[in-house]
Amino acid sequence: MSTSGPNPGGTPQVRSLNCPGCGAAITLRSLSQAVTVVCDHCHSILDAQDPRLTILQKFKAAVGEDPPLIPLGTRGKIRGTDYEAVGFQRRTIHVDGVPYSWHEYVLFNPYKGFRYLTEYNGHWNDTSILRSLPTVNNDVSRATVSYLGDTYKHFQTAKAGTTFVLGEFPWQVRVGESSDVSDYVSPPRVISSERTGKEVTWSMGEYISGRDIWKAFGLQGEPPERIGVYENQPSPLSADTNAIWVAFGGFMLVLVVMMILFWSFARSEQVVEGNYAFNTNKRGEASFVTDVFQLKGHTSDLELKTTADVNNNWIYLNYALINQDTGQAYDFGREVSYYSGYDEDGSWSEGSRADRVVIPSVPPGNYYLRVEPESDFGHGTISYSISASRDVPQASFLGIALLALLIPAGLITWRSMNFEHLRWAESDYGSTGSDDDDSEDAGRPMSLGNLSGKRDDS
Amino acid sequence: MTQPTANCPNCGAKITFRWSSSVQTVCEYCKSILIRTDIDLKKVGQVADLPPNSSPIQIGTEGVYDRQAFVAVGRIIYEYNRGTWNEWHLVMNNGSAWLSDAQDEYVVTFSAQGRKLPAAGQSQVGQRYTWDNDTYVVTTITKAHYRGVEGELPFQYWDKDDVVFVDLMSTSGKFATIDYSDEVPALYLGKAVEFEEFNFKNLRKFEGWS
Repeated sequence: MSTSGPNPGGTPQVRSLNCPGCGAAITLRSLSQAVTVVCDHCHSILDAQDPRLTILQKFKAAVGEDPPLIPLGTRGKIRGTDYEAVGFQRRTIHVDGVPYSWHEYVLFNPYKGFRYLTEYNGHWNDTSILRSLPTVNNDVSRATVSYLGDTYKHFQTAKAGTTFVLGEFPWQVRVGESSDVSDYVSPPRVISSERTGKEVTWSMGEYISGRDIWKAFGLQGEPPERIGVYENQPSPLSADTNAIWVAFGGFMLVLVVMMILFWSFARSEQVVEGNYAFNTNKRGEASFVTDVFQLKGHTSDLELKTTADVNNNWIYLNYALINQDTGQAYDFGREVSYYSGYDEDGSWSEGSRADRVVIPSVPPGNYYLRVEPESDFGHGTISYSISASRDVPQASFLGIALLALLIPAGLITWRSMNFEHLRWAESDYGSTGSDDDDSEDAGRPMSLGNLSGKRDDS
Repeated sequence: MTQPTANCPNCGAKITFRWSSSVQTVCEYCKSILIRTDIDLKKVGQVADLPPNSSPIQIGTEGVYDRQAFVAVGRIIYEYNRGTWNEWHLVMNNGSAWLSDAQDEYVVTFSAQGRKLPAAGQSQVGQRYTWDNDTYVVTTITKAHYRGVEGELPFQYWDKDDVVFVDLMSTSGKFATIDYSDEVPALYLGKAVEFEEFNFKNLRKFEGWS
């Protein structure tokens, strides 16, 4: 290049080389940005910066190692930019001797550089390196980091080791090397710090569905099924929870306005008032009718109050509200009873001397009440009074509406809390202790997956 | 503005300066490192083969930073444990700046003189320094060595040995680097910039990529 005249850059191309270990073809997809490249034939990790591809390490790969779900060399569009999958690694942490692994894909674009996809149990994250430092707050019981005005809660810290590699990496990758990884979550995002020696690299991941990745990379078949709730998986309900409480507030406002209107426009007009006496010592027909009264305005309710001076006694009133013009009758009966006395626990009472009933939706017209009192024979005279009011606002309507709105809001909130509980159960702060993690609900470390049978990693 | 021109004292090729204040340039043909004197150009060295490098930027790449247009006129290539990175010398209307491209991560910095700086070897990762009301944390200390130069530079820079860079970041996206190449450390302040923000023109082409 130095002697061939002005050629400031030339066109960098994908280089094809041969593995010094086994002679297999090696492709450098990330051009000269690759620092290490792995021969997938003999599992030699090679120095990609060295034109002779010096072997840096050889590692043993288990038979039946999961191949990358996104084959290396596949291109896909992430946030409007084409990226090529160039590297793949499995990283593993151990919690009480149990290995949990997740996968990381290295993506490359010659202009935009590197970004990463991570996958654990069907949960994916689109990750890139942060170009600004988050602020760590360690002074609280659960550490947080702040970044661009958002607060991320500490989820888990663990030592993550590299247990399998394939393809190219923009750093010196080695199987067996590990770093301390801490995750801080604010769904759908997660901020991770990776500490190797003194140096800390911060990255941010954003939850992305497997379906979106399959679409972006044009992959065959279906993405792997999601298992469990992931640390930064957005709650499918959190948006609903907010929305439903906003809707609840809106409906409440409408209800209150409606009630205020009802109250201010309701007539509450008394149409019947009368005091009567019922002689129980007399036999025979005691029924009577009131004067005719007019129910004005629109179809509305009629509230009927009955009070009686009963004492250890009862009175039953058979009512009929009759429309004089049409003959239509509303039949109903009300009992007023009151009992009281003394026993070893002191005084007691039961029942009430007053009764109230609402007859809904009575059309306007001329009405009268037919009243027929009943009681036990021979208890003297019972005085009682009847009053009826037209168009009385009813508060119970508000109560029913409130309940109807509260039930779905409460239910969704409860389900959302349940989701958060499942999320945090997997964190360093999960309720499932580390004492009994041979059970299925053992505190699962961070991103990590239990690739059953992969016990060769160390 | 007419661009100053001269001839390469080594091969006679025409040397055109894109920037009148350039102190050093490299002959595109014979790779001689040339220093401007009052009278003519003096050959001081020869650039060895540059390492394969896939920076998308090249001499003549134009872009925008902070609403100021710039053109890349030269670069210094450093080699470190992650391969190489480029410090592109940008020329703007009112002076020059540096665009560092390390594995397609871009940082623009400007020389910031007159600040108090730690002496070589005194900084450690995690240490904090405040300049111009921003607090920076040391994130990496990089031992690198000079690997080559291309194009025009605002100072003489060639034939260097190992150099140490202390990189620092703030919580507000600002970036600082202390360059211990010379006896007196030099501070550069700036910020990380996303590729899209530069609105680049005249980039390199990559086969199979657009």
